[in-house]
Amino acid sequence: METLSFGTILAFAVNAILIENVVLSQFMGCCPFFGVSKKSDTALGMGMAVTFIMGLASIVTYGVYQWVLIPLDLEYLETIAFILVIAALVQLVELALKKLIPALYNALGIYLPLITTNCAVLGVCLTSVQEGYNFLSSFLYSVFTALGFTLAIWIFSLIRTRIEETCDIPRAFQGFPISLIAAALLSFGFMGFNGLSF
Amino acid sequence: MKIKDQFNAGLFTDNPVLIQLLGMCPTLATSTTLINAIGMGLSATFVLICSNVLISLLRKFIPQKIRIAAYIVIIAGFVTLADMLLEAYFNSIYNALGVFIPLIVVNCIILARAESFASKNKVIPSFFDGLFMGLGFTFALAILGAVREILGSGTILGFKLFGGIAPLSLFALPAGGFLGLGFLIALAQHLSTRKKGGSE
Repeated sequence: METLSFGTILAFAVNAILIENVVLSQFMGCCPFFGVSKKSDTALGMGMAVTFIMGLASIVTYGVYQWVLIPLDLEYLETIAFILVIAALVQLVELALKKLIPALYNALGIYLPLITTNCAVLGVCLTSVQEGYNFLSSFLYSVFTALGFTLAIWIFSLIRTRIEETCDIPRAFQGFPISLIAAALLSFGFMGFNGLSF
Repeated sequence: MKIKDQFNAGLFTDNPVLIQLLGMCPTLATSTTLINAIGMGLSATFVLICSNVLISLLRKFIPQKIRIAAYIVIIAGFVTLADMLLEAYFNSIYNALGVFIPLIVVNCIILARAESFASKNKVIPSFFDGLFMGLGFTFALAILGAVREILGSGTILGFKLFGGIAPLSLFALPAGGFLGLGFLIALAQHLSTRKKGGSE
């Protein structure tokens, strides 16, 4: 993927957002997916925070891998290096936003610390390296994956609000099990996008 | 706490997946077959035991403020070790689990046990806590893996079951993972409420 035409970017986006949705078909980022999807506005906030961090993390981990780990022959330390980079990045972004853009900090603030343990961020950075994406592709891949996460968590939060308000759920299924079954049906729906692959 | 109580807590009454609802991502992603589920469970158990022991040994030296960062580095070190061992000795499992082996780093069960148990207890109880919590994770994964393999591919550990009947391939797909785990946790909730009802 050296020359990125509009068509390839579009195909890339459809693939990462709909066909191989990060939560619903790859099971990465399930903790925040179930944890912060009770209301649709918190779900959207989490989605935006994840998109922001994932875009940044892909840039920084790409740099760390290409210019630190490869020259030093330490590729096998990628897991340790990436998780530290992500944890540090989340802290820095939190401090920077608090100081520079308080409005955005107020909107995203409480979600930021949770992102360190979102396995989608680490997973996407590791996948980019394993697939040998170049700088631009790995950045686009993470942003589109994060948008897929945002779409999934937002739809899921709307379904959950409706379930809580209108349904009479058997006692054993209350809480987590019924959410998992709703997620199963949503994932089943997203499987329909497999027909779009080209 | 006695070893027997720890065993019961890890595998049943406080099972990390079915009761504490931690570690959902690897549970859903690697339970497509029984052998993958057991491979994932045992790798996580290995990391959990090692990190619990080391964190318990270092619990008086790690400063309170940077403890989470220190735990993550310790865990990531053992995960890298597990990753290399699997690649060298169990290549087929290594290929099947893929990116989910390095992702053991962000498995919340391991960080949760480090924070809530190993950082406050002596080495021997921490070792057993790691062992039984890890086995509890493996146990839940193995049940889900067996159910999904039998229903989704009509096999168990690779052996064909029930002759010519076509399997319900839904259970091998991502949607089947969510569905299977939903029913499994519902069963666990049902059993635990019935047990509480009986003892009252």
